[in-house]
Amino acid sequence: MSNNIKMATENMSFYYGDFRAIDNITLGFRENYVTALIGPSGCGKSTYIRTLNRMNDIIPGTRVEGKVLLDGENIYASSVDVVEIRKRVGMVFQKPNPFPKTIFNDVAYGLRLKGIKNRSELQDRVEASLKAAAIWDEVKDRLNKSALSLSGGQQQRLCIARALAIEPEVLLMDEPASALDPIATQKIEELITELKKNYTIIIVTHNMQQAARVSDITAFFYMGKLIEVNTTEKMFTRPSKKQTEDYITGRFG
Amino acid sequence: MILSLHKQIGELKTNLLKMASMSEEAIRNAMTALETRDRAMCSAIIQKDKQINFMENLVDKQCLELLALKQPMAIDLRFITMAMRIATELERVGDQAENIAERTLFLIEEPVIMKPAGFSKLARVSQEMLRDSINAFVNGDVNLAEMVCERDNEADELYLHLICDILEQMIADSSFVRQGVHFTVIALNLERVADQATNICEDVVYLVEGRVIKHRTLLKKEGCKRE
Repeated sequence: MSNNIKMATENMSFYYGDFRAIDNITLGFRENYVTALIGPSGCGKSTYIRTLNRMNDIIPGTRVEGKVLLDGENIYASSVDVVEIRKRVGMVFQKPNPFPKTIFNDVAYGLRLKGIKNRSELQDRVEASLKAAAIWDEVKDRLNKSALSLSGGQQQRLCIARALAIEPEVLLMDEPASALDPIATQKIEELITELKKNYTIIIVTHNMQQAARVSDITAFFYMGKLIEVNTTEKMFTRPSKKQTEDYITGRFG
Repeated sequence: MILSLHKQIGELKTNLLKMASMSEEAIRNAMTALETRDRAMCSAIIQKDKQINFMENLVDKQCLELLALKQPMAIDLRFITMAMRIATELERVGDQAENIAERTLFLIEEPVIMKPAGFSKLARVSQEMLRDSINAFVNGDVNLAEMVCERDNEADELYLHLICDILEQMIADSSFVRQGVHFTVIALNLERVADQATNICEDVVYLVEGRVIKHRTLLKKEGCKRE
């Protein structure tokens, strides 16, 4: 793991119209670390993670103040190509969203958009991505079957493979296991631990045990503010702030 | 789920307090039995230790169930893990009382019990430390807990002086040897009670503040090495 800050927000606020959903958050994400964002519903953690690859741009009436830095460069600067940013900062959503295509074509979709047409290169990249997402062994004999035929846990790992195929540097995960059963959840969690060797991972989760199991750093959000950020070990055994302690022990929220 | 966790932690605390008061009473009664040559009281202490042992098993079972079923975090996690440790210490305090009662039964056989100088003071300091450690736990009082830890040296010194006195008395007067051996063992038991009170207080500091004060000299030495 490195001490390099791969991504950060500096005094970042986010508005839906007049409503300030994110209030002046300064937070750095270390390279090859898993950082978990926790907090009660409506605290702004999903809004926050979506600002990190400009997913909120498509919502009318929203605006960002402050900076979101990727390798020190503000991704909201006017010269930045948002498509390029989303290649570098991939995202996996709460509900698996496979395309109605074959397994192969699902993973190859982004690669083709990137202009890769060579069949053998596509095959190599799809195989590498499926292996990295720990689903290759389960699908290698049925790459031409519909992605929709997979189980929920497999679909989610397929979506992770699809995100990995375009070789992002940062992987955002918005409650990636909340729709999955415990076995599928365990596979995703093991995968996260494996993936952090090559990626910087930021995960939003409602499940505090999950945050405790998979992350190195945990940040607690409440009402759009960052209340505490600490190593996960400290956060779940002896948090510094009473508000954090009250939340993670279920005394409010 | 969370409400039930907090309710169960409340029940765990009640059991731990019950165990603390049983252990404290056992030591107090052991001292009274020695003072008053009360054979029946000694037998009662030995008998009651089984109840303290039972309470330890009960607290352990509750802690393990809470850990396995409720996945507690932060203060709840610290409380449950420290409850297990404190229960172990209290059970040992009960054992010390039992040992003292057994030795007292031998001493009562003697026509006159010659209590060595310094014995009463060690007994008083150990009991005060135990009482304060339980109060520190009940009230989450970190200051009191740290004061108890600082008194551990006082108890150690009292114990060493007492052992020297007993030895000198045994050398000077061979008729005291039989009693001297029993008092040596009882003194060790009392010194251990002071240690156990100290351990409980270290656990209380971690429970309340998440700060580790155990083995402070060791931690300091390691810090030096790293530097």
